[in-house]
Amino acid sequence: MKDLRRKPLRVVNLGLEIFADELRDQNVPVTHVRWRPPAGGKPHLLEILEKLEELDR
Amino acid sequence: MPLARLVLPSFYQDSVKLMRLAREIGKKKGVSEVAALMGTPSNHEILLQAGLAGDSEVEAGPNDLVLAVEADSQALAFEAIEEAKAFLTEARAGAGGASDFSPSSLAGALAAAPESNLAMISIPGAYAAKEAMDALRGGLHVFLFSDNVAVDDEVSLKREAIERGLLLMGPDCGTAYIGGAGLGFTNAVKPGRVGCIAASGTGLQAVASQLDALGEGISHGIGVGGRDLSAEVGGLMTLHALDFLADDPDTEIVALISKPPDAEVLPRIEEALENFDKPHVVCFLGAEKPGWAETLEDAGHAVAATLRGESYEPENFFAQAGLKEKIASLEPGGALDGGGVLGLFSGGTLAHESRLILESLLGDVSWNKDAGRHRILDLGDDRYTVGKPHPMIDPESRAETIAQAATDEGLGVILFDLMLGRSSAQDPAGPLARAIKEARGKDWSPLFAASVVGTAEDPQGMVEQVRILEDAGVVVLPSNAQAARFAAAVVRPELLEGDGS
Repeated sequence: MKDLRRKPLRVVNLGLEIFADELRDQNVPVTHVRWRPPAGGKPHLLEILEKLEELDR
Repeated sequence: MPLARLVLPSFYQDSVKLMRLAREIGKKKGVSEVAALMGTPSNHEILLQAGLAGDSEVEAGPNDLVLAVEADSQALAFEAIEEAKAFLTEARAGAGGASDFSPSSLAGALAAAPESNLAMISIPGAYAAKEAMDALRGGLHVFLFSDNVAVDDEVSLKREAIERGLLLMGPDCGTAYIGGAGLGFTNAVKPGRVGCIAASGTGLQAVASQLDALGEGISHGIGVGGRDLSAEVGGLMTLHALDFLADDPDTEIVALISKPPDAEVLPRIEEALENFDKPHVVCFLGAEKPGWAETLEDAGHAVAATLRGESYEPENFFAQAGLKEKIASLEPGGALDGGGVLGLFSGGTLAHESRLILESLLGDVSWNKDAGRHRILDLGDDRYTVGKPHPMIDPESRAETIAQAATDEGLGVILFDLMLGRSSAQDPAGPLARAIKEARGKDWSPLFAASVVGTAEDPQGMVEQVRILEDAGVVVLPSNAQAARFAAAVVRPELLEGDGS
């Protein structure tokens, strides 16, 4: 956790873009991710994707 | 009534953006209903119940955006749909510009900005735990705003974070301050020497704002999520945050703010606090122990007093000079004696604190129910926000609730909070003040009492927001606890005769 004291805050934002905007207003660098539900939000496809990822690991 | 619908396939947008769009389109003359929702099963249900569903939405999935407008004429409905679509496509084109690179995944973001050290996650709960785990494994601290994260996942995430020396703030974390920057719903407070650990958002906002008014600033404000001190989670992140603040050279004192810990967890927290070598103030709302602060306001005062090398003794609210006269002078005089108190809150912790105070002064207070003489509704609770924005983001629906409630002649006082700060509505007082003015213009109305959480530097302006409420006839008290006690004194004036405690 010491890194938060040594290095300036630098944020990745997934979700509400308003949070990224508020951080930029405070001069905190932000990378906003254009997130969307994986596998088109279809639960059975998502399950398959997750299993594949597990195998990869 | 004429209805127009449109599905935009593969057009994911976040919920706040969609709620704002729906609100804007809804202001158009002749438009009666607007829905702008992703095609999730629960949103299909909302569309169905609102009478806005059509055959075309059946196929819309969670990545597909559904727009629906009901208007006075078919032409107007189509026009509104076109306007919404144009707004969304323009916004998307703007965001995709070369100067504003936006990756489509966490991995992409880390490749583009490898020096990143914190992930803010506010995606739907079903997907949040996986992204949070990926962020931790990538070496990032996590601010997890998403709710509906399973408690098992919360435990796994917190264990992973602790093993890696990282913070996992949340889930359902609304507010945090890290090294002077505010994450989520925060007030513009000074950086300083007070470290806070808080279960939820509005409790931390209230204490940080009060400290700011008392001339103190925040080093770090760590949100740990409402379940951290439960038996299941065992205070994992609270204990970890204490370690973090113990080592932090900027932190001179720590405030710990939460509902009471589970009986199994409390001894662990107390032991950690005994071994904690910086001064600390504990406020477990609803638990009493000598030395613990009873209210959020007391916690703020106790921190400031400790830093001045003084001790703090709360004043007796009911014994203050002039209070009795003030209440007697308020229209409609003493006629509200014996009435009920209805609390309509946007902040969950403030609602909880008000309930505790009112119960101690008035007896039974019902919670999130329509029945009972004294009632508190936490309008930010899931049950009131289905298909509707949170009252901190959009005050309109709370204004409607106030207008309806103000006709209940069994009421003595309508009590509420107003949360200012980043990410909150631009003018939260305005719509409420309009509803209250209208209610007060009628033959009969209850009294309105409120407190405002905010600072002079907040975008909405504390002074201006208080003025708007006061102009509408609201009695604005300096804290949430005082507002609750004031409401109790209005409906039960004998509190003013005794010591009230």
